[in-house]
Amino acid sequence: MWKTVYNWLDERIGLNDLYTNILDRPEPKTSWWNTLGSASMFLFIFQGLTGIFLTVYYTPSPDHAYDSINYIMEGVAFGWLIRGIHHWGATLMVILVFIHMLRVFYTASFKYPRELTWLIGIGLFLTTLGMGFTGYLLPWNQKSFWATTVGTQIAGTVPFLGEFILKALRGGPDLSALTLQRFFSAHIWIIPAILAALIGIHLFLIIKHGESHWPQKED
Amino acid sequence: MSDSHELSRRDFIKVTTGIVGGLIGTIIGLPSIFYLIDPALQEGGKEAWIPIGKFEDMQVGIPYPFSFTRVQVNGWERTASSFGGYAIRKSDSPDELLILNSRCTHLACTVNWSDEAKAYLCPCHDAKFGMEGEVLDGPPPRALDIYEEHRIAEDGTIEIFFKEA
Ligand code: HEM
Ligand code: FES
Repeated sequence: MWKTVYNWLDERIGLNDLYTNILDRPEPKTSWWNTLGSASMFLFIFQGLTGIFLTVYYTPSPDHAYDSINYIMEGVAFGWLIRGIHHWGATLMVILVFIHMLRVFYTASFKYPRELTWLIGIGLFLTTLGMGFTGYLLPWNQKSFWATTVGTQIAGTVPFLGEFILKALRGGPDLSALTLQRFFSAHIWIIPAILAALIGIHLFLIIKHGESHWPQKED
Repeated sequence: MSDSHELSRRDFIKVTTGIVGGLIGTIIGLPSIFYLIDPALQEGGKEAWIPIGKFEDMQVGIPYPFSFTRVQVNGWERTASSFGGYAIRKSDSPDELLILNSRCTHLACTVNWSDEAKAYLCPCHDAKFGMEGEVLDGPPPRALDIYEEHRIAEDGTIEIFFKEA
């Protein structure tokens, strides 16, 4: 029965080909350091899932954001777990993505033909930081409020464009309900969409070129 | 795969990945389900005696309207919900009061007594209930609900027993 279903699907989508080309593709002899990209992607997926769950209770409004987070932590079954994973996963993701970038740098894997993979990678690093920056404001507590005040103020020091950037980030001259709302929107829609698209291209390029082999003495 | 009975390196990886993935999936997946359905598992059910009016103000043959609000804590917010009904006096005995719930038995809109129609009318799908709650017309499956328990306080105030859902 399953065999028939599988074969039917395989004939139309080529499941077997997908499997060999994506999960069973040949690799040069590499090391555990080469698993960090996959680990980053795994964390991204986990952040996505736990983030979706958090929006079931979280409210992005100055009146309720703080209380709704409190409720998640104390009132909802396993709320502490879901938020805990999302909270620590965020930090871990930034660290992992950065170490992954370092490993690509040290093994010189950014060279021809992988320059584009590297450039996309820079986009991935920046958007990952963007996730952290926008997510930090959402609990709307003292720490997040002042961190965002400082962060947006720093962006405001850019010559000429500074004031415009500051207002665009905050949705006005000061932190307000508009700031919280646009950070929320950026955090759950805009940046994840960019991140997911970039990961897609990144993976496509990796599968297309294969992993680089580790540099030898002669290299 | 290989003919030998030993587990090949590739199969070992596949099985391990499956087991570890399954474990993580269960450890996170099960709590997630409880997380999502948690509000449905909360017990409400606070009980109270609610005053609805003086017995002497209720006249035989004229439904006496009353309403009250209850504040419930839902998540991080207090929500006020309104309830109401009609007391129908039949005699001099407070025991014989019939206290109807004005929540339509069709789909929960609020019915209103109309003096002209001599009926409770529902604005939503034109239901019509008679003075004592019986269905006269429209889609409701049964008569209006009644508040089963009531008592009279020393000063003549009627109180109904109310249990939150
Ligand atoms: C969200 C963040 C990221 C994800 C999900 C991700 C994912 C991956 C994956 C799954 C691989 C293949 C396995 C591996 O070599 O580890 C990979 C390789 C690679 N990544 Fe990333 N990556 C991310 C960020 C970055 C960053 C910040 C850079 C550099 C600026 C980068 C540059 C590269 C390059 C050049 C390769 C090819 C390495 C090779 O062929 O040996 N990536 N990435
Ligand atoms: S809800 Fe009253 S008629 Fe439908």
